[in-house]
Amino acid sequence: MTSSFIHPALIMIVGACLLPLVRGPFRKPFMFLIPLLTFIDVIYLSQNAGTYGLFQFMNWELTFGRVDRLSMIFGFIMALMAIIGTIYGMHVEDEWQHVAAWFYVAGSLGVIYAGDYITLFLFWEMMAFASTFLIWARKDDEALAAGYRYILVHTFGGVVLLLGFVLRYQATGSLSFDQMDVTSPELYTWLIMAGLMLNAAVPPLHSWLPDAYSKATAIGAVFMCAFTTKTAVYTLIRSCSGFEVLIYLGVIMAIYGIIYAVMENDIRKLMGWEIVSQVGYMVAGVGIGTSLAINGACAHAFAHILYKGLLFMAAGAILTTTGRQKLTQLGALYKKMPSTMIFMLIGGLAVSGLPLMSGFVSKSMIISAAFESHLLWVGFALTFVSAGTFLAAGLRLPYLVFFGDNNCSEETWEKAEDPSWNMQLAMAIAGFFCIFIGCYLPFLYNMLPNTDVAFHPYSAYHLSETIQIMAFTAFGFFMLRKYAMPKNSISLDLDWFYRMGGRAFLWTVINPIQWFDNAVGRFYKSVGINCLMVTSAFWSWFDWNGIDGVVDGTARCVRAIGRRVTIVLQRGQIQQTIYYTMSFAAVLLVAYVWS
Amino acid sequence: MIIQLIDYLRARLQTVIYCCYGIMTFIVIWSLSVDTHHAHTWAEKMIPGFWALFGLASCAVVIMVARWYGNSGIQVREDYYDK
Repeated sequence: MTSSFIHPALIMIVGACLLPLVRGPFRKPFMFLIPLLTFIDVIYLSQNAGTYGLFQFMNWELTFGRVDRLSMIFGFIMALMAIIGTIYGMHVEDEWQHVAAWFYVAGSLGVIYAGDYITLFLFWEMMAFASTFLIWARKDDEALAAGYRYILVHTFGGVVLLLGFVLRYQATGSLSFDQMDVTSPELYTWLIMAGLMLNAAVPPLHSWLPDAYSKATAIGAVFMCAFTTKTAVYTLIRSCSGFEVLIYLGVIMAIYGIIYAVMENDIRKLMGWEIVSQVGYMVAGVGIGTSLAINGACAHAFAHILYKGLLFMAAGAILTTTGRQKLTQLGALYKKMPSTMIFMLIGGLAVSGLPLMSGFVSKSMIISAAFESHLLWVGFALTFVSAGTFLAAGLRLPYLVFFGDNNCSEETWEKAEDPSWNMQLAMAIAGFFCIFIGCYLPFLYNMLPNTDVAFHPYSAYHLSETIQIMAFTAFGFFMLRKYAMPKNSISLDLDWFYRMGGRAFLWTVINPIQWFDNAVGRFYKSVGINCLMVTSAFWSWFDWNGIDGVVDGTARCVRAIGRRVTIVLQRGQIQQTIYYTMSFAAVLLVAYVWS
Repeated sequence: MIIQLIDYLRARLQTVIYCCYGIMTFIVIWSLSVDTHHAHTWAEKMIPGFWALFGLASCAVVIMVARWYGNSGIQVREDYYDK
């Protein structure tokens, strides 16, 4: 281990451990300092590519610091988001939320720089556990239940991943975390991919995401929306690029997510579905696997963290001030929360891929890669989803929250206001980057891992294509908006199976199994106890009359003989006693002499 | 300031709508003049305003599919899991 290498995750972990001790006026500067130091460390590492942090652990060599172009871009955006997220949460007094969030970031950075599966797994689980506390920190029954579901699902994913890399180790003897042979996949390839895929919320392993993110605390959701899925996208790029099945899964999740987003009433759940949809682009990009597609997946992950963070921050601002997150309880808030509205619009337009915004320069790279690989259906499907994205996040969401009918109760309306300065600052930073990335291409494009391809999003044709789609999607929404109004409902999803499955399990335990247990108890009471009584009565009799009879009989016999002997021999007259004794001695003496 | 601007526009909603129609028309007319050299399929080259139609159709499909799918039993009352 070289002395110049300090793992960025270590800074976050040490910071998180010290945070509860730092109080009063030092708290806020400290909270700003630690993510900033981490960010500087990441920048420093990106100037010094190489492999650091090698440890020998039993028979394995662990690699904590693999720094190359791919880990650099993800490390950079994660560290940047850690700063933004921490600023956003600075007003929160509950230090355990910050501790959990920082451990979570550390887990993500650890995964990104990990060079082997053991290190990866260590940080992978750290992420899952730390983020669970961001849900539980909300402290209501729903959040508690959602947290348990979240941790159970992620533990399952972790076990699948563990199984996968242990099988791979057995087969190949290698624990190194790098590109797998995806042209002839083995069982372990599938298992590793499924484990990683669960964190990327790829169907059918996606339901945890909207469920958990909508129940987490305001700052918890801001952190969670950035780290888990995008870290998983990184790991998929690292290990499964070019795996064809990911193209299909990516397209399915992009479409699936957008349909659910349009049905959704809960704004943070809606954004959760948006994540599923957007991560679908990245997963499809990983599946296509060409240089341009991988660059696109990286660029889109980078842009996505910022605009989705911004959207979650705006939703968190609404939740924090009004205490409401359902579209049917909000509306016409532009009068009360104008700054939040601007930020949410920036986020919504960036995710929709408006020219001059970050989504435009990242999303189109994946779509172009699909067309260039002659996967026309993928290109058209993803373009279709981008229209849906604009509909859900760029039109329907801001319309129903900030314009449209005012469904706020009097209390909600009274409480609604723009959030505190730190939340607005964090939103402003994220908003700035959403626009900056779209306007100044080299900032993002120079960080992309594959330098052998170039991409130019601002061609007249591409501009015309995007503007046409957006304008007519807006027109379509204007005409059909009455069909897309929110309802007081929830949408069933595949989590039905494990939620109802869990309930069926509970029912099985309560009903048949407990009935059987009771029946056994009753049977035992009526038949068993009686049998036992009869048996023990027999044995008691046998013991008394049989065994004891033998023992006691012997004893009685000995006693009787003794008494007879006493009566005959010990009459109480001394001369008789002497006589018997002397006779006995004489017999012994004669016997001795004769022998 | 933003609030006043929005109120100003809302007060003249009809005008805003006409302006939007104007912009849409302009976008389609502009698209006819754009070089379709980079187009991926013949449909984009042959159908004028292909992406405008595509956008409109996509939007309608998403809204109607979501509506149909939701009404087919997927959207349930909020206390579904609490019972």
